[in-house]
Amino acid sequence: MNDRMLVATRKGLLTLVRKGRTWGIARTDFPGVPVTAALLDARDATLYAMLKHGHFGAKLHRSNDDGATWTELAAPAFPADAAGSPTLFQIWTLEAGGADQPGRLWAGALPAGLFCSDDRGEHWELVSALWNVPEREKWFGGGYDDAGIHTISPDPRDASKVFVAISCGGVWDSNDSGKSWALRGDGLIAAYMPPEQAGVRESQDPHRVARCHAAPDTMWMQHHCGIFRSTDTGATWAQLKLPGDDFGFAVAAHPKDPLTAWFVPAIKDELRVPRDGAFAVTRTSDGGKTWQTFRDGLPQREAFDLVYRHGLDVDASGTQLAMGSTTGSLWVSENAGEGWQLVNAHLPPIYAVRLV
Amino acid sequence: MAQLHFTSWLRQVVPDGPIEAAGRTVGDALGALFVQRPHVRSYVLDDRGLLRKHVCIFADGKRLPHAGALAQSIRPDSKLYVMQALSGG
Repeated sequence: MNDRMLVATRKGLLTLVRKGRTWGIARTDFPGVPVTAALLDARDATLYAMLKHGHFGAKLHRSNDDGATWTELAAPAFPADAAGSPTLFQIWTLEAGGADQPGRLWAGALPAGLFCSDDRGEHWELVSALWNVPEREKWFGGGYDDAGIHTISPDPRDASKVFVAISCGGVWDSNDSGKSWALRGDGLIAAYMPPEQAGVRESQDPHRVARCHAAPDTMWMQHHCGIFRSTDTGATWAQLKLPGDDFGFAVAAHPKDPLTAWFVPAIKDELRVPRDGAFAVTRTSDGGKTWQTFRDGLPQREAFDLVYRHGLDVDASGTQLAMGSTTGSLWVSENAGEGWQLVNAHLPPIYAVRLV
Repeated sequence: MAQLHFTSWLRQVVPDGPIEAAGRTVGDALGALFVQRPHVRSYVLDDRGLLRKHVCIFADGKRLPHAGALAQSIRPDSKLYVMQALSGG
């Protein structure tokens, strides 16, 4: 059970701590500034925050003293000769490398550049092998002008194997720390494409992918067009049938049990609100054969809450979850999602939640 | 030398403005400033070296058209204001 979480919001980075059963805001960093990603690197206890100033671009800040002081570092940037003359819009996700790769960080961007640092964010390099794949011509924006990378998952068994997911550009993996990439995703279906192109892998919109830490070949995907599961590290996917809505953005994978995952459903995709104003979390514990819907502690009337890609997190035990919505509500669960406790209903729009 | 003033928001990165910088154009003057203070560059220009979409520049009392702002000629005693455009939110 964690006693602390990072909440990246439209109006700053919030650090919440738990005292007994009560969570409260212990600190607000970067007040007023959108924070698009935050990371506590457990390898060296360093904090990172990715900011997106509406006027002045994406920025990176690092703290070596647990948030007491922050230093701005040069944010990832596209090189001047990058094909297509891109410019960074925002960092969408920030992840630590493997335990055997001290200082390595990965950043996924809009536009869909993958960046790597080997010195705790001091210097960044565009992973050009992914940027230059010929399929990039077929990538397109999903909710943004450009395609973007929102999921980066180094394999816990071998951190030179890296998986990424792109909206909209499908899922890709590398077995050599990003030097070469392979397009994966057999079985994914995109209903927004002409029927004969629905299976084109580079046109898929994986909203978010989560991996089981103890069984890393198992991955769960909330896709624009449903929920999918893979047991071969993303090479092939099976669509799962749900009794209710299968649209959404967030997914959390149980860290130990490859048969369990959580999703936060909404009416697809023109509406993107909870059905009948009643907000719920769904969970499967048998690999997607059956589903349970949990509502205890969640608003059941007049709710418009939507949980974005990085707005749902689970702890290392699989019993504690945290969830933040676009309408600024934050909840925690201490019984694997079956019941929820409202932490705050009046926060700014929440982009990302991390139990740390 | 031209005088460069910055929006109050940017006082976090340019706390001691206005700054004097030499140049025949807005871009030259900004370039001279960036040599002195490299960290300011990414707040004003994007990865391609273009003026950020939601940054606007006034020169001697006139708001410069965004597309040609960096190429705009200035006088040795010009007053430049680097502001945030309200289009940026």
